[in-house]
Amino acid sequence: MTKGCSDVNGRGACEPCAAEDAVATSRRGFLLGTAGFAATMLAPGVTLYAMSGEAEAAGTTAPASSKVRWGLLIDAGKCTDDCNACVKACSATYGWKSTDPSATEPQWIRKVSVKDPKSGAHFSLPVMCQHCASAACVDVCPTGASFKRADGIVLVDRHICIGCRYCMMACPYKARSFVHETLTDQLPDAPRGKGTVEACTLCAHLIDKGESPACVAACKASGREAILFGDLNDPSSEIAKRVATYRTTRIREDLGCDPGVYYQNI
Amino acid sequence: MAKVEFNRCADHSVFFTGLLGLHALVVAVGLGAAFYMEHHGHVVTGMTNQIVWGAPHVFAVFLIVAASGALNVASFSSVFNRLAYKPYGRLSGLLAIALLAGGLAVLVLDLGRPDRLLVAMTTYNFKSIFAWNIYLYTGFFAIVAAYLFVMMDRNVSRSSLPTKAVGGFAFFWRFALTTGTGSIFGFLIARDAYSAAIMAPMFIASSFLYGLAFTVLVLLMMSREARAEMIGSEMIGKFRGLFILFALATLYFTAVHHLTKIYQSSYRPVEAFLLLDGGIYTAAFWIGQIVIGTLLPLAIVILASGRRAWLGLELAAVLFLVGGLSQIYTIIIGGQAFPLRLFPGMEVTSSFFDGQVNQYSPSLPELLLGVSGISIAMLITGIGIKLLPFLPRGTANAAPAR
Repeated sequence: MTKGCSDVNGRGACEPCAAEDAVATSRRGFLLGTAGFAATMLAPGVTLYAMSGEAEAAGTTAPASSKVRWGLLIDAGKCTDDCNACVKACSATYGWKSTDPSATEPQWIRKVSVKDPKSGAHFSLPVMCQHCASAACVDVCPTGASFKRADGIVLVDRHICIGCRYCMMACPYKARSFVHETLTDQLPDAPRGKGTVEACTLCAHLIDKGESPACVAACKASGREAILFGDLNDPSSEIAKRVATYRTTRIREDLGCDPGVYYQNI
Repeated sequence: MAKVEFNRCADHSVFFTGLLGLHALVVAVGLGAAFYMEHHGHVVTGMTNQIVWGAPHVFAVFLIVAASGALNVASFSSVFNRLAYKPYGRLSGLLAIALLAGGLAVLVLDLGRPDRLLVAMTTYNFKSIFAWNIYLYTGFFAIVAAYLFVMMDRNVSRSSLPTKAVGGFAFFWRFALTTGTGSIFGFLIARDAYSAAIMAPMFIASSFLYGLAFTVLVLLMMSREARAEMIGSEMIGKFRGLFILFALATLYFTAVHHLTKIYQSSYRPVEAFLLLDGGIYTAAFWIGQIVIGTLLPLAIVILASGRRAWLGLELAAVLFLVGGLSQIYTIIIGGQAFPLRLFPGMEVTSSFFDGQVNQYSPSLPELLLGVSGISIAMLITGIGIKLLPFLPRGTANAAPAR
């Protein structure tokens, strides 16, 4: 390219001009390259932003309401030792292993057998995240990855969880698990990942669609109907009526975490 | 008191260079171990969903606690005007920074997602004691760096006012820092072994002890290196006295912590576990912390006098550090090994190991990562004293050794 000066002696560009041309060429190349790089980097973000706008427009995500307090009432009198339907349903919904778990494998819900050593009285019940109103895990999380939705569901934001495990130290219910190894084939509703902490989400994605949590549906399908789900804040709901009528217990109520999971007949 | 002069460690022996090389090697191995853990996940460690904090946390907390204690000697001179400690003020500041850096490096590399450090530095939940600690730790670096500046700058150090002011603030900050570290456990209501306000002052007392032990060890080591006694006989006496005081203070807070728990019937099972039938944890407490880490070094410090005092101080410092590691091991691992009480007074079993004493044996990578924290601290100290005049050249009692 000859753009720096006219060909004054008919021998092509003079040497200084050739050097300037080379500089101009490399500068233009650099600018074009930078613009291309910037476009490549920005395009996916812009597309995602546009798509998220479409999703909002479609109205698929209504915000959680603080008027609601989702909770569970578990009747230990109806829960039997041999039934594991709630655990299997949770495992199938979120993709964690429920059979022969090792000490490093996550368990979002487990069946706990309890026996009074003095009387020999015995009962069995499922234990999962208790979705506390004053959740210790939410208090101690340094980044705010552990958080409580307005409707009382306690979740982990896997994008800002740094894997410090302080929430696991703080939870009185041993409700949380740390993902110890690389995961593959995660399910769409379970954005799980190595190095982060996870727990029962009360099936927030199903609740947001107006459905019951998977464990509740499985317990109902098994014919036991030991787990009742509903809005504790709504006096007309079945769960609120039963909590108001019968003597219920919450695990380690003395700690003052105000769990959203109630137990009956324990 | 005569004007204190300071030296760089310019003329060092092959042993010193070798020691620095060894620490560099351990740091490299530790980083490799961290990468291995990060690549494969924590499944390659001894940690589980029951024991969620393992050996790296033991080393990290030990070093962080020691860091604040290492600043003591500087505080004695500038805050409490005890001029005898002035020659050691600079080294004390350097050690404080180095130990904290070592501890934090281990803590960060043991995260599930160490790549998200930036998230931890930019996204805060101000209700979390962990988040407060991020400020306390980074603030400590800045304040101690400023403290070192006012101690070392030729012009600023002419007046004692800046040193007093910055030193006083650093003294306050180190109390806050160790209170924060102790409260990481003290605030936890879930676990019977923790949930106690006394853990904060207990950690402060322990920090005095560990920090002094590190300071004394480095001073004695560098005395050999420089072929000059950096701790005169008068100072040996002072350090002996401080060791006795700090060891007894740690013992006192430990005793009150356990006695308070034992007095409450609901905590007796955890105390019985830790103090009587906890296996490795009971051994770590009685043999590691109490016998090897407190009574034996106390006896050595008290009995070793005269020409043996120097060696006695060195040996005691090593034993106090062994005791410190045992103490933190008992607190962190032992506290998690005892099962959570979901239904107090009941027998509980589940596939998630409810009701069982949790098993833990540290794997090699996590031990290497933990030990590399100590090497990071020593490497920073070694390089620091080589590059800048941190070491005292002559004290009132100094005499060339051998």
